[in-house]
Amino acid sequence: MADAEEPEKKRRRLEDLTEKMAVDSGHMDSGCDWDGRWNHVKKFLERPGPFTHPDFEPSTESLQFLLETCKILVIGAGGLGCELLKNLALSGFRLIHVVDMDTIDVSNLNRQFLFRPKDVGRPKADVAADFINSRISGCKVVPHFKKIQDFDDSFYRQFHIIVCGLDSIIARRWINGMLISLLSYEDGVLDPSSIIPLIDGGTEGFKGNARVILPGMTACIDCTLELYPPQINFPMCTIATMPRLPEHCVEYARILQWSKERPFGDTSLDGDNPEHIQWVFEKSQERAAEFNITGVTYRLTQGVVKRIIPAVASTNAVIAAACATEVFKIATSAYIPLNNYMVFNDVDGLYTYTFEAERKENCTACSQIPQDLQFPPSAKLQEVLEYLTETASLQMKSPAITTTLEGKNKTLYLQSVKSIEERTRPNLCKTLKELGLSDGQEIAVADVTTPQTVLFKINFTA
Amino acid sequence: MAATKGSKEQKYDRQLRLWGDHGQEALENAHVCLINATATGTEILKNLVLPGIGAFTIVDGHTVAGEDVGNNFFLSSNSIGKNRAQAATELLQELNSDVSGNFVEESPDKLLDNDPEFFHRFTIVIGVQLPESTCLRLGSVLWSASVPYLVCKTYGLIGYMRLVVQEHTVIESHPDNALEDLRLDQPFDEFKNHINSYDLTSMEKKDHSHTPWIIIVAKYLDRWLNEHDGQPPKNYKEKESFRQMIREGILKNLNGVPEDEENFDEAIKNVNTALNPTKIPSAVEDLFSSEQCNNITAQSPSFWVMLRGVKEFVHSEGSGNLPVRGTIPDMIADSQKFINLQNIYREKALQDAAAVTKHVENLLQSVGKPAESISERDIKLFCKNAAFLRVVCCRSLAEEYHVDSVNKDEITSCMDSPDSEMVFYLMLRAVDRFHQLHSRYPGVYNYQVEEDISKLKLCVNSLLQEYNLNVNIKDDYIHEFCRYGAAEPHTVSAFLGGSAAQEAIKIISHQFVPFNNTFIYNAMSQTSATYQL
Repeated sequence: MADAEEPEKKRRRLEDLTEKMAVDSGHMDSGCDWDGRWNHVKKFLERPGPFTHPDFEPSTESLQFLLETCKILVIGAGGLGCELLKNLALSGFRLIHVVDMDTIDVSNLNRQFLFRPKDVGRPKADVAADFINSRISGCKVVPHFKKIQDFDDSFYRQFHIIVCGLDSIIARRWINGMLISLLSYEDGVLDPSSIIPLIDGGTEGFKGNARVILPGMTACIDCTLELYPPQINFPMCTIATMPRLPEHCVEYARILQWSKERPFGDTSLDGDNPEHIQWVFEKSQERAAEFNITGVTYRLTQGVVKRIIPAVASTNAVIAAACATEVFKIATSAYIPLNNYMVFNDVDGLYTYTFEAERKENCTACSQIPQDLQFPPSAKLQEVLEYLTETASLQMKSPAITTTLEGKNKTLYLQSVKSIEERTRPNLCKTLKELGLSDGQEIAVADVTTPQTVLFKINFTA
Repeated sequence: MAATKGSKEQKYDRQLRLWGDHGQEALENAHVCLINATATGTEILKNLVLPGIGAFTIVDGHTVAGEDVGNNFFLSSNSIGKNRAQAATELLQELNSDVSGNFVEESPDKLLDNDPEFFHRFTIVIGVQLPESTCLRLGSVLWSASVPYLVCKTYGLIGYMRLVVQEHTVIESHPDNALEDLRLDQPFDEFKNHINSYDLTSMEKKDHSHTPWIIIVAKYLDRWLNEHDGQPPKNYKEKESFRQMIREGILKNLNGVPEDEENFDEAIKNVNTALNPTKIPSAVEDLFSSEQCNNITAQSPSFWVMLRGVKEFVHSEGSGNLPVRGTIPDMIADSQKFINLQNIYREKALQDAAAVTKHVENLLQSVGKPAESISERDIKLFCKNAAFLRVVCCRSLAEEYHVDSVNKDEITSCMDSPDSEMVFYLMLRAVDRFHQLHSRYPGVYNYQVEEDISKLKLCVNSLLQEYNLNVNIKDDYIHEFCRYGAAEPHTVSAFLGGSAAQEAIKIISHQFVPFNNTFIYNAMSQTSATYQL
């Protein structure tokens, strides 16, 4: 059957069907829509109901808004991203951008259903966009094979809603910080038109969560940082001198033997290179044999080296569906959105728990209050660095600390540029007093977890 | 293109880490039947095809309409006018070449009329958007044939699932928070001897600081029992005392300052759980008292034969306890001490499993079956999971729907909160009635919405009356269900698609525990509930 009917035929059918049309169908837009295409969606846009959002007004224009105006950004084109793109496209959204810095791996194919074996090696964003655009006519997904950090505020500002399917807390905190930086306040009052809602989804095995964040209004990613416990690494002395588990043997090979024995020259260990994994596997087996430890397998080795998190299609389907439902609610005011956090677990039956995560009064990301730090003047800069990385509410990765001394900007410590790291390393052993800091001094801290520097005020204790 | 074992290992790596090679094998031997390739149906199937089920068959007599393509990823505008089973099979098949896709261009009613045994061949049948009469007819056929049946429906912003399986046994339930099986309160002989081989008082610091906390707690427990007439610490005060006793055992340096002994810190931290008495979980005791366990025949599934073997072990070699699990958590210790301790538990577990095996072999022989019918490997796995065994038995649809056996109590007590998810269950039943009466669903066309409200209300009332349910359903819900107009929005279908697929995988693999038996999802509030109806 032809995709588009001849105009005369189409007009006649329309007249025949007017009586029976499920909903008003005055317009046939873009020439790629067919009779009844949006019937399932229209019932929620064109009919009044007892549970709709107070702002909701039934109208035939809401669908046009979705099809022609509403711009959505999907971050991630992996397990959640593929599902999100499908869900949004089949809910009427057409102006969608997708960002993903990865290429397709064969282990993605069990759930990232927009990819096929022939696509392995190609950028996820490109392949995902192609597939959606060709399967769902009229949909215009624009791919970006980039990191989220490659874009600045002018990029993010163009979107009505942003939805994330990320696999990294650092990235989540970054986009969270970016949207907070877009907020504008007038006389201390938040301008609602500067808020871009952020829908965030995450999954691990059979567990997942979906949350709605209205930056500046509801709990943000950093407000609930304690919900993400820091990743546990095995202690070095266990790995080096007293292994007990097969995992300890793998870490020994990965961390200690690889750099010592340099089996492939100067190359760093690449978890995606089967030869590298094979080498680590064999070394792990040797170590395990030495200590009478059983259980080292190739699969376990790869899991430890790559920090693999198990994943299935079903959990991603559930969480992405919940997220997309929220995008729809917010874009159309059809219903009151989730307020604001849902967890899901289907290990034993199906379990969901929905609650309102609370804002943290002194959240480093969204509270606008400069953070107070207490240190004695005799404390070394190293202690400040450890505080920034180890405190559960901050969990910075490699903070760069600068301050203003005698009117001039001074870098106290920075790790990411080798020459500066070497030059500023001696500062770590100096006391705050020796470095010239005074009571109440402000330091500015930059880190991968936030797009903007965070200001801290150092208060001297006795 | 035939996939090599290596390439399948790679492709399925992320899920193999959840259900193992044997779980994957079960999936690859499964043949799933889907009835009705609506958005909900194809989303469910997608989440089964991707992980590699062996085969699927779609049964659907409908022709693809414009609105079908609008919410369904596996139909395109080219499909309009084609049979829906055929159209969807093409695009689902394309997802995974390891899977074999089939279709039957027939309504399930016709098949039930002419060839009900058609359904006997499937590992599981998933019925989507079925009218009540078809749903119940199919339920009856599948119940008699003992074929698992999963009913799914997306209605507006409500998702519904009903699992119908007579007896589903789970050996590997993979519980999230399992208690360890350490036997500190009832140390077996080999464990006792091992504890006695340690003398904490004569150890050098290095050994002292790297002794496993299990040994430390065992040693101090010994002392406590001697000092307290054989009674272990029972209340908070005594446990605190016990912790203090251990704390005092930490080595001190020349200045009398306690050294840094992390293993002792671990011992103190673990006192609470370490002192949990070794006990057979009540769920397992219930299984021991069941008819299937106590009446082993040649037809008994191996689950029950093995369970009976474990029961007999409990009453003999086990001295009232299940076979030792054989695993211990990681703890601060030097390699040798840890491995030696771990081996004590491992060897005991092997011993216990061998004893269970003897009982199982005797049982098999007593019903005229060869001893090898149940493998040693399976018995070992069973013993390792003895504390986590689960059996799920769902009532039939006939029982749920019959006036004499309807679960009135559950329905009325949930409806004490008039906005509980139970109201959606009742509305779906009312809507089914409406369909039976009027051969259509309420509010499908705009002009019907208003007038159908009163018609639907009549159906609600007749439903409540027939089942003698003294509950009140707010008018708002009746209005909302007319507003839905039997819409099947994609995102709600997708949520159910993920949920249902994983339940089907649980049934097929016998790993993880399926729900029992009714699941309701409310996309308006992002909440859900499970009821046993």
